[in-house]
Amino acid sequence: MKALRRDWLLDPNPASRGQARAGQFYLGWLRLMRNPLAVIGLVIIAILIVMAVFAPLVATHDPIAQNLAGRLQPPLSPGHWLGTDEFGRDIYSRIVYGSRVTLYIVLLVTLTAPVFGLLIGTVAGYFGGWIDTMLMRLTDIFLAFPRLILALAFVAALGPGIGNAILAIALTAWPPYARVARAETLTVRNSDYIAAVQLQGAGSGRILFSHIAPICVPSVIIRVTLDMAGIILTAAGLGFLGLGAQPPLPEWGLMISTGRKFMFDQWWVATMPGMAIFIVSLGFNLLGDGLRDVLDPRSTGK
Amino acid sequence: MASIDPSLSPHAEADGPRRGERILAFAKSAAKLIATLLVTVLGLLAITFIIGRVVPIDPVLAVLGERATAEQAEAAREAMGLNEPLWVQFALYVRDAAQGDFGKSLLTARPVIEDIARVFPATLELATIATIIGVVLGIPAGVLAATKPGSWVDQLVRLIGLMGYSMPIFWLGLMGLLIFYGNLGWVGGPGRLDTSYEFIYDLDVPQRTGAILLDTALAGAWDVFRNALTHIVLPATVLGYYSMAYISRMTRSFMLEQLSQEYVTTARVKGMPEWRVVWVHALRNVMVPLITVIALSYANLLEGSVLTETVFAWPGLGLYITNALFSADMAAVMGGTIMVGLVFICLNLLSDALYRFVDPRARP
Repeated sequence: MKALRRDWLLDPNPASRGQARAGQFYLGWLRLMRNPLAVIGLVIIAILIVMAVFAPLVATHDPIAQNLAGRLQPPLSPGHWLGTDEFGRDIYSRIVYGSRVTLYIVLLVTLTAPVFGLLIGTVAGYFGGWIDTMLMRLTDIFLAFPRLILALAFVAALGPGIGNAILAIALTAWPPYARVARAETLTVRNSDYIAAVQLQGAGSGRILFSHIAPICVPSVIIRVTLDMAGIILTAAGLGFLGLGAQPPLPEWGLMISTGRKFMFDQWWVATMPGMAIFIVSLGFNLLGDGLRDVLDPRSTGK
Repeated sequence: MASIDPSLSPHAEADGPRRGERILAFAKSAAKLIATLLVTVLGLLAITFIIGRVVPIDPVLAVLGERATAEQAEAAREAMGLNEPLWVQFALYVRDAAQGDFGKSLLTARPVIEDIARVFPATLELATIATIIGVVLGIPAGVLAATKPGSWVDQLVRLIGLMGYSMPIFWLGLMGLLIFYGNLGWVGGPGRLDTSYEFIYDLDVPQRTGAILLDTALAGAWDVFRNALTHIVLPATVLGYYSMAYISRMTRSFMLEQLSQEYVTTARVKGMPEWRVVWVHALRNVMVPLITVIALSYANLLEGSVLTETVFAWPGLGLYITNALFSADMAAVMGGTIMVGLVFICLNLLSDALYRFVDPRARP
């Protein structure tokens, strides 16, 4: 049965478009699996997702239940193997629930910013002329700010909070995607297949969405995966400054910020959530690197 | 491989019409550059204007606080020009900004521009030392990795780089403080100087540049210099690590590209020692794109400085912006943001200019 499915996937003469696509996907998957670092990254992210989905089962305590009698317990103390924070909350359980917050931020940003960037980039690249100049100038202006500073300014105006932090990160994250999408669009806009569709009478909207945007998707996906670590770090930075998630939400950056007050005596309160951020960002970076090798043939074989 | 434009050779300068053409071309590209620059700066101001004036529900509330009376609010509204149409407000905003007037800080009750001039040297000092660390460690690491791709050196450089990309900078700073200041006592704590030395610096050392290391070295106050050094070493190393991660990664990929070029093979065939091929011939060509990378990483350090300065209580621009944020001091936040944006643009421009200077092929 398994061998049969493999044969079907690797059939050199696919019978349908679906089979061909599945085969391509399978080949890419195999290539990804050959890269040990990428596999490690994938495992880390899989663990993160499982942790977030089944948080109530994985956690040992309520993440916001306070227990002042058992505050600031060191790691490996009975019942709290990563210790407790200044309110006696179990750090391990807070990290587990914090994975939900992290995934929530990452998902919302990656569902909005790349789509917007793709739209701007393909429109600019396809129409060219003054539309291109205007849109790209706008992109350059946004790129002229360091991301965190611009996000800070947005949050300063909108007020702190996790929703506004996500909005601010998304507003600052789109320009690179626009650049990537525009570059891809420029390479295909004069190709024969676009001319063929134009001759068949397709409108600009149809050409953009059905024939150009799909071409740009792989490079945008690579960018997104490589950017996810950056998004996590920016969100954590905003949380650390007290501008992102607000207490008692178990956001990792915020946890570091509160742990900072006891750092020299109770090192674990600030250390543990930082480890979580580090491991998850590393996972996304490793996977992104691997995906780039698989999806972008130009960068392989260096 | 490079077909050199005849107009670039020194002999071309002799004949008149060509020279005129070149001056014209130069003037054209300069005009274009200035136009682009103006548009970018105007866009920068537009964004900060929108963030500062349009996004907040009531800018008056943001300035006066919630306990202001209706008359006070109306007076402030008039004084801030909020009753004018939006485009007039923006024109006034641009005019003020062009004169260096970003308003008054609520927190310090001084003009924002003065505050920025006071805090900026601290950030610059930190970013410069961090960039030096990044360049000195990052370029050799990248070159070594590229000469033996796939070796353990390459893997190590890659791993160090990936870790740099994945670690929250504020956390790394905290861990550094915990270990090297709290546990080992090897370095100075938060701030730029110990409190006792701060008095000496304020009273005895002429503050010519605002960069403590430079000022004390010029004045020969070596004990203050040493103390400042123990304070700057940790934040500069933390920032320098990020800079190194980026620079080594880029150096590696540029170097790999150069080492596969034919002139490298030629040099090897001629029997040139391998170290000379790598460190002299190839590296010289790598330096050109690397300039852009170094300028970019320098600019990125300004961003990293917001978090690092908060962790290390380093009284620079980053700490100024975050402190202003918490006292809802919008004028200061926006002034700081514009400043960072301007530095960003200038660095990009500078790297462009340097690029043209170093690589004749990039000249118009």
